[in-house]
Amino acid sequence: MKFKTFAAFVAPSLVMMLLFIAAPLVSVFIGSFQLHQPVLQEVEEESCTPGFTGQTCTTTIVTRPVIAESGEMLTTTEWVGWTNYTRVLNPEAAWDAVTSFDWNALMQVDFWAALRFTLMFTLVTLPLVIGVGLAIALAVNNAAKHVRGPVIFVSLLPFIITPVIGALSIRWLFIGDGILTAGLEAWLDRDLALFAQAWTIELMMLFYRVWHVAPFAFVIFYAGLQTVNQDTLESAIIDGANRFERLRYVIVPHLAPLIVFIALIHLMDAYRVFEEIVGFTSQAHVISLQWLTYDFLQPDDSGNRAFGRASASAMLTMVGIVVLLIPLLRRTWRDHKGGSH
Amino acid sequence: MSTPRAMRQPLALRLTSAGFLAFWCLIAAFPIVWIAVMSFKSPVDAFASNPFDVLFGPATRAAGNGLSLLDIVAGLVVLFYTVRLALNWLPRMVSRFAPGGQMLFGWIIAATGYAVAFVIAFFVILPAVLGVLNPILGPLGQPIVGLTTQHYQAVWVDNAFYRNFINSMVVTGGVVTISLTVGTLAGFALARSGSTIAFWLLIIALVFRALPHSVLVAGYLPFFVNSAEILRPWLGEAAPTLYGQPLAVIAVLVSINQPFTIWMLRSFFQNIPNELDEAARVDGCTHFQAFRLVIMPVMWPGVITTGLFSFLLAYNDFLVTSLLLDQSNQTMVPAIAGYFNRETTTTDQVEAVAAAVSITAPLFLLVMIFQRQIVSGLTAGAVKG
Repeated sequence: MKFKTFAAFVAPSLVMMLLFIAAPLVSVFIGSFQLHQPVLQEVEEESCTPGFTGQTCTTTIVTRPVIAESGEMLTTTEWVGWTNYTRVLNPEAAWDAVTSFDWNALMQVDFWAALRFTLMFTLVTLPLVIGVGLAIALAVNNAAKHVRGPVIFVSLLPFIITPVIGALSIRWLFIGDGILTAGLEAWLDRDLALFAQAWTIELMMLFYRVWHVAPFAFVIFYAGLQTVNQDTLESAIIDGANRFERLRYVIVPHLAPLIVFIALIHLMDAYRVFEEIVGFTSQAHVISLQWLTYDFLQPDDSGNRAFGRASASAMLTMVGIVVLLIPLLRRTWRDHKGGSH
Repeated sequence: MSTPRAMRQPLALRLTSAGFLAFWCLIAAFPIVWIAVMSFKSPVDAFASNPFDVLFGPATRAAGNGLSLLDIVAGLVVLFYTVRLALNWLPRMVSRFAPGGQMLFGWIIAATGYAVAFVIAFFVILPAVLGVLNPILGPLGQPIVGLTTQHYQAVWVDNAFYRNFINSMVVTGGVVTISLTVGTLAGFALARSGSTIAFWLLIIALVFRALPHSVLVAGYLPFFVNSAEILRPWLGEAAPTLYGQPLAVIAVLVSINQPFTIWMLRSFFQNIPNELDEAARVDGCTHFQAFRLVIMPVMWPGVITTGLFSFLLAYNDFLVTSLLLDQSNQTMVPAIAGYFNRETTTTDQVEAVAAAVSITAPLFLLVMIFQRQIVSGLTAGAVKG
């Protein structure tokens, strides 16, 4: 295929990606060093209240946004350097907390709390998803042929469900005296309030995410299991390998590329954890990095959106994903160079 | 062929494996089934702490909303025949009446007509008939299970959820169409070209896929809100405010979806032998003609699968639509946030549950019809490359 034809075929897709992915990245980068805010002016206001002998008048100085002739608030944009980043990261408070080994103080700063949760969430769910997915795949592979179809159907439901709705469906089982909370209370014989502290909410979120993603891992592992070399398995039996050893030394190595693939996709997706926060309405206890940016972008009471801080936190989130991806990109680059020789 | 003796599994292992599988199926289905049950009960029953109260709904029954044994049997019979007709009779009718090459439209029309007929039969004719029969039959006609559709009525009719549904359909329809059109072109070129540029494009697409969506939205939002002023020098008075425009959201979702789409379509195109388009080229086709007349006709399974995943992305999206659309043209998933945020009474909560079930129902149908395509789509990226 000539370069010209190639370019013509790729152009529409490339233009869309440049316009709606690359350009916003540049604009976020620039925006993170800027501050948009309404132009404020100080107005002297005299307010009088009728009193017993005469009017009592007080003059106060109030700050008001300047209204342009068109009726809209005037805003200014100025370059503020690293201010947005300092306001998001709050390095002084963080440094104080670190030097005095005060974990709780560090968690008072939203960004660090979000970072802690996001990393914990990503790293804890990863092995769980791979383990549960592999276990289901092995069990389905073991099952009789005619039950496999229905089992795959049921397994796909948690995967395909809208993430917010999935989180909500788990939340409704537990909220207040929901059916499972009532069950747990009867079993443990004590009163439970699962939405009153962070760690129980986090447990439910971890459960939700494993429930949601394990089917994806299962389907891929299941497809991989169909191609395991039976001869190798048989020779392993002849060599005296027991069931576990066959799993460990024949099946898992065969699935290794798939494990890497799932781990990669899962790292990308879990790092973006967001819908759980919305579904469990957990912002008072637990927040994630994506939610932090989302929150800055929501209009506040006076209708302003904190674009500057949103951009700064978005850039910081991106730094994290780049760090996660670098090992992978280096590997692909090495493979590509090795392959072309 | 019998399994060799050494490969046979001891009973204990088989039991554990089957038990684990049953346990997994229970966990996988339980939350979804349970909210579906809850949505049909009065608030007292839906949030009762005794599971049997939720299942049988005594309070709902006491309020006069219940199903008798006859209702249940009649309903199940109608459902059974609906599914059987849909599987046997409908495909035959479509293939007989749809003109050649227009199968897709034939299916769309047939499915819509069938759905309307089902709704009329199940929700209008059946209740009318049973309303006459139930009082005559005595004990068989006594309600035994509480069930009410009042929350669905409140959500869809009173709160005009159908508007959100239409918005969702507009957005998902647009996203699927555009991203497939743009994506097949790029996927084909990437699959056929082994150049370094193609490799780098794919790597960049992979990096783009990893970007959190909030990062991108943080880039769009300032521009979208002020787009009328920014674009005025070029477009004059016609400059639109992009914020709140479904078209803008479609463009955004298509672009966010592009990296994934081209990776998946590329792996499907790679399965189509190169000789096919070479033969077409020898016969005098241009690259585009070969693509359109020779490759696309054999590519439908891949296109349908990728379309399904595009649909899921657009349909399930919360972050982009909730930030870029305003109240007046909100899609379904962000709209539900409005329900559970204002849930002050338990009635509101059950309405939120009913809305959630309404959003899930189309997905359920989707898995039923397209299970094979979804599985092949999931494995396409992983197993083949």
